[in-house]
Amino acid sequence: MSTIRTRMGDGYVTELTPEELRADLEAGCADAVKRGKVPPLEEAEFDYLFDLFAYGGRIVGVEPGHEVILTKDGSVNTLYSAQLSSGVGIGLSREQAIRVFERAFCFDTMEIGHPDYSYKPVKPIVALEAVGVEQALLTTIFPVFYGAMPNFGLYAQPDGPFPNPADLLPRGQIAEAREAQLLMAEACKADMLYVAGHMAAVGADGINFDTTASAGDAEFLAVLETVEELAATTDLAIEVGMAAEFVLGFHGELEYKGTRLAGLWPHQQVKLVEQAGAHLFGPVVNTNSRKSTPWNVARAVTIVKECSRVAEIPVHANVGMGVGGVPMFEVPPPDVLTRCSAAMVEIGRVDGL
Amino acid sequence: MSIGHALASGMGGIRTTGDLVARMQLRKKMRLPQAKRYVADKLKIGLDDLADSTVMRTLREELDIGVITAVPGARKGIEAKRTIADLLDVEVPCLKRL
Repeated sequence: MSTIRTRMGDGYVTELTPEELRADLEAGCADAVKRGKVPPLEEAEFDYLFDLFAYGGRIVGVEPGHEVILTKDGSVNTLYSAQLSSGVGIGLSREQAIRVFERAFCFDTMEIGHPDYSYKPVKPIVALEAVGVEQALLTTIFPVFYGAMPNFGLYAQPDGPFPNPADLLPRGQIAEAREAQLLMAEACKADMLYVAGHMAAVGADGINFDTTASAGDAEFLAVLETVEELAATTDLAIEVGMAAEFVLGFHGELEYKGTRLAGLWPHQQVKLVEQAGAHLFGPVVNTNSRKSTPWNVARAVTIVKECSRVAEIPVHANVGMGVGGVPMFEVPPPDVLTRCSAAMVEIGRVDGL
Repeated sequence: MSIGHALASGMGGIRTTGDLVARMQLRKKMRLPQAKRYVADKLKIGLDDLADSTVMRTLREELDIGVITAVPGARKGIEAKRTIADLLDVEVPCLKRL
């Protein structure tokens, strides 16, 4: 074997010698250990990853019996939406598209969502969304979620009513920026509770909060408090999917049940999500497009493995575009996508993807 | 991308028992091994059969919990979920509307 064909984190093909492949796997793991403060992979796990990437076949998979549960963010936008949702623009209704996912793609669960996939724009049209969920629940057999993003930025000017922390911070107005984030969090929480309440009323199996903490610790706090209230007052299964591998301290001093939110990694995030009462947790590990996919996969599974180890609720790792080792490219190539998938299950020990 | 993960790692949904195992994660917060064992015990099958479409296509029709192909007269949609709820002894929220 002279070189091994694989890809970079941007999706482009590269060739590695066996020695380079091994070195990238070890370096990716080492980076995870250093930054995430998690244990390294074992020798047998490196051997598995090496064989996974050295194998010449295009498509790989998990061992029989190791299959996991699939949940999906972004709803059926993948089929009928446009490039903004990495959609392929097929003229299907949501009711038709969800049945394609159930019967043609054989997903284990699915979600209904709006093309403008955030809680704030959904709030005024929640009746339409609820009817969409109802129709899906009547005709499908698998569990149906409703999903959207907190999308904290929508609550700051010019899109929302509150002063923009991104404008205040460079001016040194730290106290004002923190106050704005707290106001944004209250508004965001109110919208999420309003929409989720309607979904619970029509019998949705679950609710998904996608890209949680995309704007940092205040958004994470809003979601945690929303989860806590929903867990206490509804029968919705609650999925919390993260936006990034650690929580950005845009506020910096916010806590949930005595734990500071800024700087948390997945194995720490999951414990708070559990405490809030959620049912599923979706960790994220960001792809570095300047590193190889083996480097990224080793890094991702090292971080997620620790999350899976400490979790008491199911862990469904994010393995979409640019996360979980998957290349940051609009059309993730299946040769490395299936390797990311298998590695996350076999080494990351996740309960789902 | 979705199909890639479904083929590489997915349980297979209503083609097999993926929807059933998923319900145990959602309703009871079961980790995967526990959820698989629970469903296997309820269906009286081995763990290896859970993701076997040859076994499950026939069994799902026998149990009338919804099958992947469009069979006239077989329970579909919310009908099938009624049977699933009884079989797994698990709550399915939309059934409250009936």
